[in-house]
Amino acid sequence: MNITVKVDGTSYTDEVEPRTLLVYYLRETLGKTGTVVGCDTSNCGACTVLLDGRSVKSCNVLAVQADGHEVTTIEGLADGETLTPVQEAFRECHALQCGFCTPGMIMQATDLLATNPSPTEDEVRVGMEGNLCRCTGYHNIVKAVLQASGQPASSGGEQA
Amino acid sequence: MTAVDDRPAEATHEVGRDRRRKEDQRLITGRTRWTDNMQLQGMLHLAMVRSPVAHARITGIDTTAARESTGVIAVLTGQDVKDLQGSLPCAWPITEDQKAPPHPAIAVDRVAFSGEVVAVVAARTAAAARDAAELVDVDYEDLPAVLELKAAAADEALAHPDLGTNRSATWIFDSAEAGTGGSVDEAIRDADVVVEREFRQQRLIPAFMEPRSTVVDPTGEQFVMWSATQVPHILRLMLAMTLGVDESKVRVVAPDVGGGFGGKLQVTPEEIITFLVARHTGRPCKWTETRSESLLSAHHGRDQWQKLTLAAKQDGTVTGLKVELLADMGAYLGLVTPGVPILGAFMFNSIYKFPAYHFACTNVFTNKTWTDAYRGAGRPEATFAIERMMDELAVELGRDPMEVREQNWITHEEFPFTTVCGLEYDSGNYEAATERAKELFGYAELRAEQQRRRESGDRVQLGLGISTFTEMCGLAPSRVLGSLNYGAGGWEHASVRMLPTGKVEVITGSSAHGQGHETAWSQIVADQLGVPFEDVEVLHGDTQISHKGLDTYGSRSLVVGGQAVINAAKKVIEKAKPLAAYQLEANVDDLEFTDGKFTVKGAGADQEGVGLAGLALAVFAAHDLPDGMEPSLDADATFDPVNFSFPHGTHLCAMEVDTETGASRMRSYVCVDDIGNVVNPLIVEGQVHGGLVQGIAQALWEEAVYDDQGTLVSGSFVDYTLPTTADTISFVTDRTTSPSTSNDLGVKGVGEAGCIASTPAVVNAVLDAIRQYGVDDILMPCTPERVWRAIQHGQAGASRPTAEDAAGHFAEGEPNQDPPGPAGVTGATTTTQEGGQA
Repeated sequence: MNITVKVDGTSYTDEVEPRTLLVYYLRETLGKTGTVVGCDTSNCGACTVLLDGRSVKSCNVLAVQADGHEVTTIEGLADGETLTPVQEAFRECHALQCGFCTPGMIMQATDLLATNPSPTEDEVRVGMEGNLCRCTGYHNIVKAVLQASGQPASSGGEQA
Repeated sequence: MTAVDDRPAEATHEVGRDRRRKEDQRLITGRTRWTDNMQLQGMLHLAMVRSPVAHARITGIDTTAARESTGVIAVLTGQDVKDLQGSLPCAWPITEDQKAPPHPAIAVDRVAFSGEVVAVVAARTAAAARDAAELVDVDYEDLPAVLELKAAAADEALAHPDLGTNRSATWIFDSAEAGTGGSVDEAIRDADVVVEREFRQQRLIPAFMEPRSTVVDPTGEQFVMWSATQVPHILRLMLAMTLGVDESKVRVVAPDVGGGFGGKLQVTPEEIITFLVARHTGRPCKWTETRSESLLSAHHGRDQWQKLTLAAKQDGTVTGLKVELLADMGAYLGLVTPGVPILGAFMFNSIYKFPAYHFACTNVFTNKTWTDAYRGAGRPEATFAIERMMDELAVELGRDPMEVREQNWITHEEFPFTTVCGLEYDSGNYEAATERAKELFGYAELRAEQQRRRESGDRVQLGLGISTFTEMCGLAPSRVLGSLNYGAGGWEHASVRMLPTGKVEVITGSSAHGQGHETAWSQIVADQLGVPFEDVEVLHGDTQISHKGLDTYGSRSLVVGGQAVINAAKKVIEKAKPLAAYQLEANVDDLEFTDGKFTVKGAGADQEGVGLAGLALAVFAAHDLPDGMEPSLDADATFDPVNFSFPHGTHLCAMEVDTETGASRMRSYVCVDDIGNVVNPLIVEGQVHGGLVQGIAQALWEEAVYDDQGTLVSGSFVDYTLPTTADTISFVTDRTTSPSTSNDLGVKGVGEAGCIASTPAVVNAVLDAIRQYGVDDILMPCTPERVWRAIQHGQAGASRPTAEDAAGHFAEGEPNQDPPGPAGVTGATTTTQEGGQA
């Protein structure tokens, strides 16, 4: 099937198999390897991208479903050298170690803050629940999302 | 030397700073090179055909349909490669008479676990390979499978009929025989109090976030393998030894690697197979696993039964500890499988002054995925057992568990302390870490609240859990590894290259996969050479760049690899010194080197001196060097540590347990770790947080579950329940500092500490909440159902609620089978006091 998708500001038209998942279209056809695959059951969220501005797990969307829509990946967030507040907060708060879950985490956090600009720690924890990380214990990820929202991290999570 | 916040006083510029990581810019913008990102011209994609049964003879494989499938280039079975594939390596045979089956990458005539590879398909696309893999028709003739560890130890069925037994090896340490302590049997005979317990270490799955992937390019003079591995150097050596290819014809690259936790400390069947297919087809080949494949076939961790007997005096002084383990190897011995429980052998005594100690471990085969290193590897198991036992002792004595620990631990004045295992703990201060942790936790207040809730019969009960742990890491002194029959040394290598522009390249044999070596090594070298942090480039993970190394595991990178970097940097300064003296027209002995500059002693503060960058350029030009000087400042160093690293800490956990539903909720978690001096506190805290959650996950959520056919039923992230943001809390972490005496920085390992310490703190807390219901043990993970059942059984008067749920704590007819005592007092002990605590 023929699809036209705008990804990170560029329009692409490609022939795809109907069974092709969006994440494989991004990675293998467009070379957008910043978006990664971490599982096969839509649990880990590593492949999260924005579809028309809302977060989706791109392993859970067919490429053909993105036809005529706009996709933003981790590679399309920063404006040149200027990072988004979420990206900046992830670095500042050491919210990543191996970095494999990071694209998904940042995309999900971006969506979370777009819909709830001042979340509580609990709201962040519920809002990020669909993204797994094995390195950080989530402590600094939660802290980073709160920091990106312009709020100080809650007192419970501070280093003494 | 130890006090809270006693940071080193000397002027350090970079070491100790919370530098943001150099690695992050790429990772937060998606500019990454995971192995699966690699695309090479003409590359083939592999799909594995795996056994669906746990134990069977392969009576036939029909690959016709797969071969004829569109885009398929090759299909190989075990028969095709049986003379080429060798046997996967085990580098740690723990005894001379250890039994082990051959370990083929592709099973030839028999499969020994569900998930074992029986054939591989190579096709033009990953989808075509996967489609064709489903067309491979394999005939199996079922053999009896042995799945349960105790049944396997009793040889009820054989995992490998040719071995004649499931028992691979038994490894024993006895302090009386070793001359490092007394006789445990005498200690038990003479004890006022004997506490005997059996614990289950459930099987876990490392579950790194990046699925494993391997690419092999056979088109150049060297075979190049990119792999998601923690151990590129070991992998290269083992490829050569296993496949009989020249080591110099193999280059291994670990590009960006998405976590490991021991799970990528392996030489895998799939790496061997990808190499074989690439060689067979002459084309680049890629294999990337699905998550389900990863959970099924990447090695698992833990899986032990632990029987402990602790002897003590009536006043609470411990007098002996006897440890008897059964360890599940699974179906094969991987790279360090048999040695994993042995890494715990010297740690059950932990921080306590046991005068007598006995450890015996029997390694047993089952028809399950093989086990191997998982974060902590042997030490979490040991720490869990001893920290549970110290709580049990406190219950027997009717005393506060912290008080009983304090009575028995090594005091700070006693360091260096030689343990009953013969290890020398170089430094530590358990009192300081504990005092700080109790203060941050509000220990006394929480105890008072717990008492109030108990008295009021609150539906939600509060429990406090303690873990005062230590561990041995920084693997390892080569001589010690040799004495344990390990197949390699424990040194690390580094090079420092001075570039003509004044920039510095640091080549390290450590192979980071999330630990932040690029940042930390830059901080170290910036201080050593007096160059800007930004001017240091750290290279690693490619055997053609970093030709020599022993990689990253066992919390070894900083304490071993970091020291190698320092040693190489010191050599650079020594090599530069004659040139500096020549340029300054001074005597070499009159020079001093500070902040990147050589100056002449006593020549005043206003002298210019000569900088290292200028010397590097002068050496590059080589126009005007002292006679006989080699035109290079570059230096190599290989460092072999003289001792292990012994981090310690006090972890305190408060759990609330809903006694009507069994649901538990973590209310607070405080840990104060002593890892010596710190290079980068931000990275250290990250390591602690991540470790904590992995250990907490063992206590509460994770377990690899097999059905009675030997099928892994927790084979996806739907069923293997990694914790999420919503399951976890924010932690309170702090540090005390007792510098290590075995390296220049005074640092200790931190990678595994959180994971080693946290599991018993959580389980002790859950139990502490519900002891009054007659509960004295719950199997991990402590799910709401298990907690609820434990409360129900306990209230019904049974004091050993888990005995029926799992394999029995002690078989009938075994010694120490006294009838159960009153609630709160366990049957297998002799004590004069009622259980329960203040």
